[in-house]
Amino acid sequence: MNNFSYTRAGDVATAVREVSGDDAAVFIAGGTNLIDLMKENVTRPGRLIDITRLPLARIEELPDGGLRLGALVTNADTAYNEQVERRYPLLARAILAGASAQLRNMATNGGNLMQRTRCLYFYDRATPCNKRDPGAGCSAADGFNRMHAILGASEQCIAVHPSDMCVALAALDAQVQVTGPRGDRTIPFGEFHRLPGDTPQIDNTLRSDEIITAIDLPPRGFADHYAYLKVRDRTSYAFALVSVAAALDMKGDTVVEARLALGGVAHKPWRDMHAEEMLKGLSVTKDHFEAVASEIVREARGFADNSFKIVLAQRAIVRALQHAAAMGRQS
Amino acid sequence: MRTARGTGSAQPTSALAPTNAITLHLNGAPVKLDVAPWTTLLDALREYLHLTGTKKGCDHGQCGACTVLMDGKRVLSCLTLAIMKDGATVTTIEGLSTGETLHPVQQAFIDQDAFQCGYCTPGQICSAVGMMAEGHAHTADDIRELMSGNICRCGAYSNIVAAIQQAMRPSEGSVKP
Repeated sequence: MNNFSYTRAGDVATAVREVSGDDAAVFIAGGTNLIDLMKENVTRPGRLIDITRLPLARIEELPDGGLRLGALVTNADTAYNEQVERRYPLLARAILAGASAQLRNMATNGGNLMQRTRCLYFYDRATPCNKRDPGAGCSAADGFNRMHAILGASEQCIAVHPSDMCVALAALDAQVQVTGPRGDRTIPFGEFHRLPGDTPQIDNTLRSDEIITAIDLPPRGFADHYAYLKVRDRTSYAFALVSVAAALDMKGDTVVEARLALGGVAHKPWRDMHAEEMLKGLSVTKDHFEAVASEIVREARGFADNSFKIVLAQRAIVRALQHAAAMGRQS
Repeated sequence: MRTARGTGSAQPTSALAPTNAITLHLNGAPVKLDVAPWTTLLDALREYLHLTGTKKGCDHGQCGACTVLMDGKRVLSCLTLAIMKDGATVTTIEGLSTGETLHPVQQAFIDQDAFQCGYCTPGQICSAVGMMAEGHAHTADDIRELMSGNICRCGAYSNIVAAIQQAMRPSEGSVKP
């Protein structure tokens, strides 16, 4: 780990001012990803601004009936929050599918959004990586790419976003509240993370002088019909090969509205609005779900080690939809 | 108050390593120490405070050997900067027993033969104590899932689960945080 200076911010305005005035400064909260990256010398910030004492650690109801998750609430406290468990069980399940209990006790909601890919080549400074060193080349495209993207990748980068929590937040249409020198703004969740394109070093649309203050959940939590299915190489404490967040609004056997988000397949949580539209009005049969699943992977592209994910993703989508549809019904 | 200062060769005394004074409430007593910004809690415990019960396994947050209780919650000391925890309450494996009386989880690990080499054991025990305080483990499957952040290279998992089940039985006495 490189040497760095340390300051502790007492309020949000100070935190923003300090990060805007110093190109070498970054925020630190839970530290579970940043300190690891620093130990690997992948990230070498000149200064850490400790934001853990900012007043952003509450979960509170919003006037519109939604729920505001403070950026500094830990992943564990969010997953076990009574309101989240009851109204947004999809989010609770997704959070608890990720990491370990110790990491969930440390990691914050804002930090979960900001975590970086676990692509082995991004971590390995002995190999070229466009995300770590723009223009150097992508070692994963012709390397070991079992964990890598099948959707939305570019010539420059085939890394995936590692979060489970973000897959549920994408499905729920969460909104990210941020603030910076130019004031507050709201970023729809689908616009927060980005595809790699020609600039894979940029993970998301948060500006370097902005800070996440909260994540807002809309009133609808799809608590009656939901599923978070995570397929991985071992049953706990592993990143997803493919994960699916499915949420349905149903009338009898018919889908009124559907949300589907995939993890482990792209540089961002993957949603396909066309496929979700297709589900509307369909009865909940396996045939219908398989048709939607094949639509979602219509432009999927596999690499040497991960082509199996194209089939796996379709089966996971069908199974998640079946689980969600079957909830609360007599078997 | 116990004080640890940067006097040894492994400690941050050079001009390039400015130190900051912090206070931890460690195993029931306040401890003052000087740390560089990049000193992890794990290194502070082991190298400056000589509490070597907390183990350095992977040093990357993957194995759980460095688990301690921070303000009652289990966390990874290898991914924690000590400077960020000024004023926090920290309990390590050395702070769990009451005099000569072992913590019920410690006793259960002995009773159930829940280790072989013992390197992961302090982390396993601190993690189990934290898990019991969280109150979300009700079955053996829950224990396996919620203890998955603690790797045991010897594969003592079945006896670790048995030990935790023993400690969770009400007849084994109350469980302190």
